[in-house]
Amino acid sequence: MRKLLRFFVFFAVIAAAVAWFLSRTEPLNADAVAGLTGDPARGENVFWAGGCSSCHAAPNSKGEEKLVLAGGYRINSPFGTFISPNISPSANGIGGWSNLDLANALIRGLSPVGSHYYPSFPYANYTKMSLQDVVDLKAFLDTLPSSETQSQPHELPFPVTIRRSVGLWKRLFLTDDWIVSVEGEQMERGRYLVEALGHCGECHTPRNIFGALDDTRWLEGAENPSGEGRIPGLAPGQLNWGADDIAYYLETGFTPDYDSAGGEMAAVIANTSQLSQEDRAAIAAYIKAIP
Amino acid sequence: MTFKNFLIAGIAGATMIASSSVLHADEAAEKAAEARQSLMELYAFNLGLLGGMAKGAVEYDAESAQAAATNLHTLASMNQMAMWIPGSGRDALGDETDALPAIWEADSKVMDHAKELVDATAAMESAAGSGIEELRGAMQPVGKACGGCHELYRQKD
Repeated sequence: MRKLLRFFVFFAVIAAAVAWFLSRTEPLNADAVAGLTGDPARGENVFWAGGCSSCHAAPNSKGEEKLVLAGGYRINSPFGTFISPNISPSANGIGGWSNLDLANALIRGLSPVGSHYYPSFPYANYTKMSLQDVVDLKAFLDTLPSSETQSQPHELPFPVTIRRSVGLWKRLFLTDDWIVSVEGEQMERGRYLVEALGHCGECHTPRNIFGALDDTRWLEGAENPSGEGRIPGLAPGQLNWGADDIAYYLETGFTPDYDSAGGEMAAVIANTSQLSQEDRAAIAAYIKAIP
Repeated sequence: MTFKNFLIAGIAGATMIASSSVLHADEAAEKAAEARQSLMELYAFNLGLLGGMAKGAVEYDAESAQAAATNLHTLASMNQMAMWIPGSGRDALGDETDALPAIWEADSKVMDHAKELVDATAAMESAAGSGIEELRGAMQPVGKACGGCHELYRQKD
């Protein structure tokens, strides 16, 4: 009996050690962004393509207010309610951050003090970003107005509160492999805009029980995490619009029937309307190419 | 007639009157919702021509573009108060309308959105007959006005 107990204790210690090891943080190399210089004009394009203000501007912001990244947007999910933080260039935001800090946040899902962010911050997509885009984005974010708003803590139940467990989630689901294989410059650009910056899959792809996107049902539509309605699929047989229709929708919000986007998609159009015609056409081409 | 019977007849009568006035209110609300939906279709019909030209699917023609843009601005400028009566939202009519109750709440911004659409369609009216590039540029603000209101006040699919 004593022997059995000793075995269990031994086993539990080993399991805990393995879990601790597997859930560790893995930041980028300290020189990952060395030598890169940010261009704020290019960064603005990354900003709109990444949809940063949809979550980080105060809720219901319009026009110029969308550039004040005070946070406070609530994401209701089966795991609890996540509240977006202040990412304006102030002491309560990301004022003191380096390029490397932002790269670790976007590409590794890590805070400057080395703790895991929850994947409600869509770094599972941003992990595919180019480091040049990260540095350009940082240069643009530094030009935006400061807000002194305090970031609110997430409202999460136990055991979701154990941040270290996110490390295990990352080990299972954080990958920079592309989901759809494409060829040609326009298609690759479209894929980068959809799979990395635009994080379209976060709403348009169903999730598994761990809340990770199910890549085998990529962009096939999903329950709305807010519980209201269903988010439409974009896969063949689900969306029969032409590429021109998709690009025009992303520009103006008008469907081919001249209905207009509503709900969260209206906020997405506010971002995509700021992109170049070429980028919208690239997104449309990619959408038409998904299997 | 005993007093008791008188009372019963009175209650029955009052109930009938009350229920018929409820019916009446429902009918007015339903008609208002129908009128709104017809208005949205008229917006879409005129936008269809302008958008078709903007996309290049329809050849640009200054005269018909101008006509559609004038229609659009006229529609947006109509006094729509009777189409948006209280009690004609989704809370009262269910699936017959996508209009959310927030439209009628005290902090509603719906009139600001209506004003944005009036302004955007006025700009379209000045632009549409001048050339295809002008028309194209005027579409996005119109779409933004539509989407801005739908984002907050229309039921999600």
